[in-house]
Amino acid sequence: MTADPSSNGRTPAGPAGSPEGVPAHHVPPARALPGGGEIRRHTLIAIVLDKPGVLNRVASLMRARNFNIDSLAVSHTDQPDISRMTITLRGDDVAVEQAAKQLYRLIDVLKVQDVTSEPTIGHELALVKVRATDANRAEVIKLVELSKGRVVDLAAGSLIAEVTGTESEVDAFVGLVRTYGIRELVRTGAVVMARGSNSIEEATKR
Amino acid sequence: MTMTKGESAKPPSPSARRSHVPSDGTTHASAVEGARRAMLDDARPRRRTRIGADVVCEALIRQGVDVLFSYPGGVILPLYDVLGDYPEVRHILVRHEQGGAHAADGYARVTGKVGVCMGTSGPGATNLVTGIGTALLDSVPMVAITGNVPGVLIGKDAFQEIDINGITLPMTKHNYLVRDADDLPRVFAEAFHIARTGRPGPVHIDITKDALQQETNAQHPTDEQMIAGLPGFRPNLDANGRQLKIAAQEIARAKRPVILAGHGVLHAEAWDDLVAFAEKTQIPVAHTLLGVGAIPEDHLLSYGYMGMHGWKHVNRAIQSADLLFAIGMRFDDRVTGNVRTYAPYARIVHVDIDPAEIGKNVAVEVPIVGDAGRVLRALLPMVAAVDPSERADYFAELAEWRRESESSSWHGSGAWRDGLLSADYVVSRIGELTDHHATYVADVGQNQMWLARYTGFREPNSHVSSGGLGTMGFSVPAAMGAALGRPDRETWAITGDGGFQMTSQELMTLVADRIPVKIALLDNKKLGMIRQWQEIIYAGNYHSSNLPGPDFAKLAEAYGLPAFRAQSPDQVDDAIRSAQAVDGPALIWFEIAEEQNIFPMMPAGKGLSDLIENWEGADE
Repeated sequence: MTADPSSNGRTPAGPAGSPEGVPAHHVPPARALPGGGEIRRHTLIAIVLDKPGVLNRVASLMRARNFNIDSLAVSHTDQPDISRMTITLRGDDVAVEQAAKQLYRLIDVLKVQDVTSEPTIGHELALVKVRATDANRAEVIKLVELSKGRVVDLAAGSLIAEVTGTESEVDAFVGLVRTYGIRELVRTGAVVMARGSNSIEEATKR
Repeated sequence: MTMTKGESAKPPSPSARRSHVPSDGTTHASAVEGARRAMLDDARPRRRTRIGADVVCEALIRQGVDVLFSYPGGVILPLYDVLGDYPEVRHILVRHEQGGAHAADGYARVTGKVGVCMGTSGPGATNLVTGIGTALLDSVPMVAITGNVPGVLIGKDAFQEIDINGITLPMTKHNYLVRDADDLPRVFAEAFHIARTGRPGPVHIDITKDALQQETNAQHPTDEQMIAGLPGFRPNLDANGRQLKIAAQEIARAKRPVILAGHGVLHAEAWDDLVAFAEKTQIPVAHTLLGVGAIPEDHLLSYGYMGMHGWKHVNRAIQSADLLFAIGMRFDDRVTGNVRTYAPYARIVHVDIDPAEIGKNVAVEVPIVGDAGRVLRALLPMVAAVDPSERADYFAELAEWRRESESSSWHGSGAWRDGLLSADYVVSRIGELTDHHATYVADVGQNQMWLARYTGFREPNSHVSSGGLGTMGFSVPAAMGAALGRPDRETWAITGDGGFQMTSQELMTLVADRIPVKIALLDNKKLGMIRQWQEIIYAGNYHSSNLPGPDFAKLAEAYGLPAFRAQSPDQVDDAIRSAQAVDGPALIWFEIAEEQNIFPMMPAGKGLSDLIENWEGADE
């Protein structure tokens, strides 16, 4: 018997260790691990009971299970006591499916749906406090209007622009006004709704 | 108000403050003050009305709780004040809250009922946490109750206040903070339902002291009302028929199938269904650590314990299988080792009640979500009966592997190296002398593996072990609960000297409450599993694995526990019989070989085909 842990006791991959008809020298293929697919941004919609701590439960679960949330938006729905969360996160399909299943285990979660592959509307809102002097204020306001935004506050030396749109539309606007100087920026994160007449809120838990 | 990190506080102007009470004069301020005062003086009135604490006791009785493992403290005292009015609930005063949580766990595992433990706020609550985590990882139905400071003091860092709700949130199936006594009936009904339904697990209920003292007329809900209030909790019990059909086709095609049975079979009380299914399909059954007892080990189709320290023959069978029918198990890393090299020829049918377990650790071909018992009963008529002769070659090979692996790791003489007492022999003698009809509670480490492999389990729920969390110190307190749950059979705690020293304070509970646990202390004066890893993986760097202990016989006797001692194989049977003859708890101090390892062993990160079967002298 050898004392080398790397070879000691290894079951030979001989006929005794392989199914009938498999030659002794056959090396079995490696078992596929779950996941390993293309990593991309996913959007999950969770319908939850509006109870104290439900946001904490969702956030804690995502952290404990090693998922990284890109953005999270929470709001009431038209039904009393029911809230809706829009969660965007990055991962492959299997990992995100696992995240959805883990969310579904929470007692306060009624429904979870991955809408990544469905036609959806996904918008966010941003407030941007942009430096604006007497010299260039008109120019900044013009850019806001061209970006389908509006100016919601005017002050000496700055203004606040409100823009809504897809993430990339908001990105584009922010990039555009950066040259003037951004003093503050806040974004809500995406809120997403699937197109068509189906309602995720009406579909109850199985 | 704006707060910025790094700025220093401005000194107050000298004449600004007249009162030290924040927001003085408001109702909130007087509520805080009242609550603080109530923490000091709240004498019990002679004629009392129904308060929150009564609701808790009523709820426990409604749920059929007959024993409560608990430790008192300041804010839980209102409950202790009324506990004497409810003799239906036997209160066991543990010596540490962790012991209470493990006892509730042990009780739950042998009875299938929800175990209940309780403690006060702050340290009482944090002491429960290890036990709650143990129950979570092993899916044990448990309700843990804690008191908390009065509602208005929450967030003020009051005496013995800790955010226990935040602490147990990620380690319970669900948790509650109750601040209003009117919520207690609903919360308790929900908690017990959640704890035992679907995949079982622990539920924590934190109750403020003022809620325990508050008068209430709230009525207990009916089951229908309670379930209607839980729209987010609807476990899938019955499997999808199409998936079952696919599984039946896989089974019909398989030439070298193996059933992998886990804890879910025991939770579903599906042991008879499993045997019927295995017999009809003639598929050998391997089990996980927590699946011990899912099939009697003397059954012809029981093949044994799998995984890191499982039998070599079982792991060989898995590695050469063309179909794994996994039921109520979760492909833990201790079961699979390296997933890439796990069961390379096998297609996998995975049955579990928790959809999140399927595809989590291994990719599977046939996922089935459902209760183990319901799935087996639904599948039974869909599979063809197989004659054993059809599998003659397969069975002959399995039998040969088994002969080989058992003979290489078994010390039937009881002696290992120069006649030192071998642990596997001790464990097997305990199994024999109890007629395999007892509850056997493991601690964690080598003793746990010896117990799982050499006892010879014949009955479901007769093996109790902290498999998932691997909590040292589990066995003595868990055995305490197990003995109260199943008084009809003997209860043995099999522990190492390391784990024993973590919770040995519960010896006093055993004696005080006359709980007849027999403790087999396997003392190798080492942290045996740590020492084994250091020998094999860390090149013999034995840091901190030597563990000097006290004179365990004197320790036991100081608590009033009869103690027996065995140092050689010929003393083993006498010691066991002497302990059995004691009417009440007893301890046997087995001084086993100090350097015996448990083989085979799969080093972490390696695969099931990479077992280490021996080391150095080859006579392990």
